[in-house]
Amino acid sequence: MRYAVTRLLQAVPVFVATTFLIYFMVWSLPGDPIVALAGDKPLPENVLRSLREHYHLDEPLIVQYGLYMAGVFLRGDLGETFTGQPVGELLQDRWAVTAQLALTAWVFELVVGVALGVVAGLRRGRLADTAVLAGTTFVIAVPVFVVGYTAQIVLGLNLGLFPTAGTDQGWPGSYLLPGMVLGSFGLAYVARLTRTSVVENLRADYVRTATAKGMRRSRVIGRHALRNSLIPVVTYLGVDFGNLMAGAVVTEGIFNLPGIGQQVFQSIQLQEGPVVVGVTTLLVMIFILANLLVDLLYGVLDPRIRRG
Amino acid sequence: MTVLNTARGAAVLLAAALALSACGGSDGKSGGQGAQGGAKAFSVALNEPDHLMPGNTSSSYSITVLQALFDTLVVIDTAGKPQMRAAESVTTKDQKTWTIKIRSGQKFHNGEPVTAESFADAWNATAYGPNAWTNNYYFTEFEGYDALNPEEEGAKPSADKLTGLKVVDPATLEVRLKEPFSQFPITLAYTGFAPMPKAAFQDLKAYDQAPIGNGPFALDGAWEHNKQIKLKKYAGYAGPRPAKSDAVQFKIYASRDTAYTDLRAGNVDLLQTIPPASAGEAKKLLGDRFVPTASGTMDYLGFPVFDKRFQSADLRKAFSMAIDRQAIVNAVYDGAFKPMASLVAPLVPGYRENACGEACLFDKAKAKALYDAAGGFSGTLNLYFSNADPSYEQWMQAVANQLKENLGVADVRFRKIPAADYLSTLREKKEDGPYRNNWVMDYPSPQNYLQNMWGDGNRMGWDSKEFRDLIAQANAAPSMEASIPLYQRAEDIALREMPMIPLWNWQDQAGYSSKISDVHIDAYSPNLDTITVK
Repeated sequence: MRYAVTRLLQAVPVFVATTFLIYFMVWSLPGDPIVALAGDKPLPENVLRSLREHYHLDEPLIVQYGLYMAGVFLRGDLGETFTGQPVGELLQDRWAVTAQLALTAWVFELVVGVALGVVAGLRRGRLADTAVLAGTTFVIAVPVFVVGYTAQIVLGLNLGLFPTAGTDQGWPGSYLLPGMVLGSFGLAYVARLTRTSVVENLRADYVRTATAKGMRRSRVIGRHALRNSLIPVVTYLGVDFGNLMAGAVVTEGIFNLPGIGQQVFQSIQLQEGPVVVGVTTLLVMIFILANLLVDLLYGVLDPRIRRG
Repeated sequence: MTVLNTARGAAVLLAAALALSACGGSDGKSGGQGAQGGAKAFSVALNEPDHLMPGNTSSSYSITVLQALFDTLVVIDTAGKPQMRAAESVTTKDQKTWTIKIRSGQKFHNGEPVTAESFADAWNATAYGPNAWTNNYYFTEFEGYDALNPEEEGAKPSADKLTGLKVVDPATLEVRLKEPFSQFPITLAYTGFAPMPKAAFQDLKAYDQAPIGNGPFALDGAWEHNKQIKLKKYAGYAGPRPAKSDAVQFKIYASRDTAYTDLRAGNVDLLQTIPPASAGEAKKLLGDRFVPTASGTMDYLGFPVFDKRFQSADLRKAFSMAIDRQAIVNAVYDGAFKPMASLVAPLVPGYRENACGEACLFDKAKAKALYDAAGGFSGTLNLYFSNADPSYEQWMQAVANQLKENLGVADVRFRKIPAADYLSTLREKKEDGPYRNNWVMDYPSPQNYLQNMWGDGNRMGWDSKEFRDLIAQANAAPSMEASIPLYQRAEDIALREMPMIPLWNWQDQAGYSSKISDVHIDAYSPNLDTITVK
C-alpha cells in the first residue's frame, strides 16, 4: 500500500513539469490564434483586444500558466476554448468515447493477441506459427491510417459488416471496427511477446519437472508455462495504454469518433493552450496509473516479486 | 494464489472495462434512436460549427444551421437579386437613411413576436466592441459605431447602442449609415443580421448553445458538440417557406473524406462538400444526385506593390499572361474550377466574362515581350502561400514552372507559411513576393470584392484616387442597377494596373442520397426547407 502511495506522490512533480512544458510548447507555436478565429475575414482591433484580454493572451507566459493553474486548483476550472465551451465539459463528453475505443482495442489485443501467441508458441515451427509470424509482421509494417481506411472501405462500405463512421450505434457496434484497427498494432506485439515467452517457458526446468511428475499437459501449460509467460505481456499492455491514446488521434479521425484524440489534434491546430494542457494532464495521470497497475499485477502473477 | 484467483482478477478487470464502456455506450445509442425518430427526417453532413449566435459566427458550417433556424430580412435569389423575407420592404431616398418594414405575424420559436426591436437588440449587441463578436465589422458603416468601439487601448465605449439604429414602431426600423451605400439591402441577407428574441439577452452563453430563431426549423434538444445538432419543424412558422420535412439531423464530421464515405454508405443524406479529388467518382456514383454549385469564392495572385521590384504594371501583366489558368485548373482541381478574366465571380450581377482582356489570357510570346520591355525581374522570386490545403502548394508550383518556362525567371522559391500566421504576414506586409489571395463572398455585389480587396488599406499597398472615387460614386448611386456601371469602371482600373491577378473561381460539389428529393442548393443557401423525404 505504501508502495502505491509513493508511486502516486511521484506523479506530482511529473504533473507540474509536464503541464508547464506543454503550455510553453503550445505558446511558442508560430501564428496568432485570435487573428485566425475569423478565417479570411478581418476582426477590428478592439475586438482582437477584448478577446486577448479575455483569454489572458496579453499576459506573459508565466502569468498565463499561473492563472490557469490557480483556476484548476482553486476553482476546479479547466478554462474555456476559443469558442467559449468549458474545457471540463468538453473533456467529459469526449472522454467516454476515447475510453470505449481504447478499451475495445485493449480487450481485442489482450484476448486475440494472447490466444494467437499461445497457439503459435505451442505449435512452434508449424503452419499456425508461421502464419501468425507473417501476419503480425505485416500488421506492424503497415501504418495505422492505411489499415484504418482499408478496413473502413472494405469491411464497412463494401461488405457492410460494420458502420463506416460515427457513434450512432453506440458501444459496441460503432466501436468494434475502429477498436480492431487501433488494437491491430498492439495485437501483433502481444502475439509475438506471448509466443516467445511461451516457447522459452516450455523449455524451462520447472516445466520439465512438472511434466516428469506426470502432470497433465493442459495443467502444465495453464498453470506453469502460461502464467509466467504473461509477465512481459502485462508490462507491454500497461505501457500500450499510452500508445492507444496516441493512436486514437488517427483512428478517431478516420472513423469520426468525437474523442480525446480528435480534440488534441484540433486544439493544437487552433493553439488552444488550456485544452491541450488539460488533455495532456489526464493522459499523464492515466499513464502513471496504468504503470502502477502493471507493477501491482506483477505481484499477482509472480509471488517472488510481491514478497521481494 | 491459484490460477482460479488470477482468472477471477482478470475477469473483474474485464468486467470493469466493459461496464465503463457500456455506460458511455448507452449515450451513443440514444443518439442513434433520435436520428430515426420522426418518419420524415433526413441528415446533413456538417463540420462542427464554432458558434450558433448569429452575430458571432462567420463559419460556413454555422451559417448552414442558422439558415434553417432564422429568417433574415432579405434573401438573395439565384440571379443575385435581393428578395424580401422577414422584411416587407427596405427603402431609402438618399442611400444613407434606410427604412425597414417588418412583415407582421412572425414569431420566434418561443412564441415571442418578431419586431423591429428584435433586430435592433441583436445588431447593437453585435456592434458592441467588448462583446468581441466575429461579425462586429459588418456594422462599421453604421452611424455611432465608433462610440461602441473606441480605437485607443484601454478605452471604455461611451455607448452601447448604435445611434444609427432607431426603432420607429414595432414594425419599422430605421438605419442611418455614415456614407451612402446603394448595396445595403443585399447585405441584410447575411445571417449576421438575424434577429434575436428578448429571452436571448438573459443568458447569451446559453443562447449560443441553444439559439431561438424565427425560421421554419427550431432546435430539438441540446447541441451535442462534435456529434449532432437536431432540428424539428416549427409548427408556429407563418413565413413564406414552411419546412417540407419534419426534422433535420446535422451529423458532425471532422473530415470531409469520412463524410463522403458515409454518403456512399447511405449513412448521411446530404453532403455539401464532396472533396474535389473525388468529384469524378461522385459524378458516376450519384448521377443526378451530384450537384455542382457555382460559388462566389475566388483565388488571386497578389503583388506586394509596396516593394519597388513589383511597381511596374507591365511586369505584373506579363506574369498574368504567362500563367495558363486552364491547365492548372485541370491538373489540380480536375477541371472543376473556372479560369477567370474578371475580378468578381460569375454569379455576381455586373460580372463580365472577359473584363480583363488579353492581360488575363495565356500568351507565351506576348508575355515574354512585355516582360522584357518592362525590364524583367532579377533576384529571387519568393512565392507565398499558407499550408491550410495541399492544393495551394500544387498550384503554386505550377505557377512557378510557368513563370520559369515562359518568362525565364531563374530563381523561384516557395514560402509556405503556417495557416495561423498567413494573414498577419500579409497584413503586416512582411511578404516580398507574389502571394495567394482568396476571397469568400459575403454578398453578391462587385462592391464586396472591389472595396474590400482593392480599397483603402489593401494588402498590396496599391492606391488609386480614380478607383476610390468611382467606388464612392457607385456606393452613392440611386439604385443597385445604377451602381453597376460605376463598379465596372472601377474594376477596369484595377485590371489595368493589375496589382492582383485573378486566377479562378471555385465550385462547390454537393451530393445527396436517394432518400431525399427537391434539393435546391445554391450559392447562398442549401435551402433545407425545400427538401422532401421519400
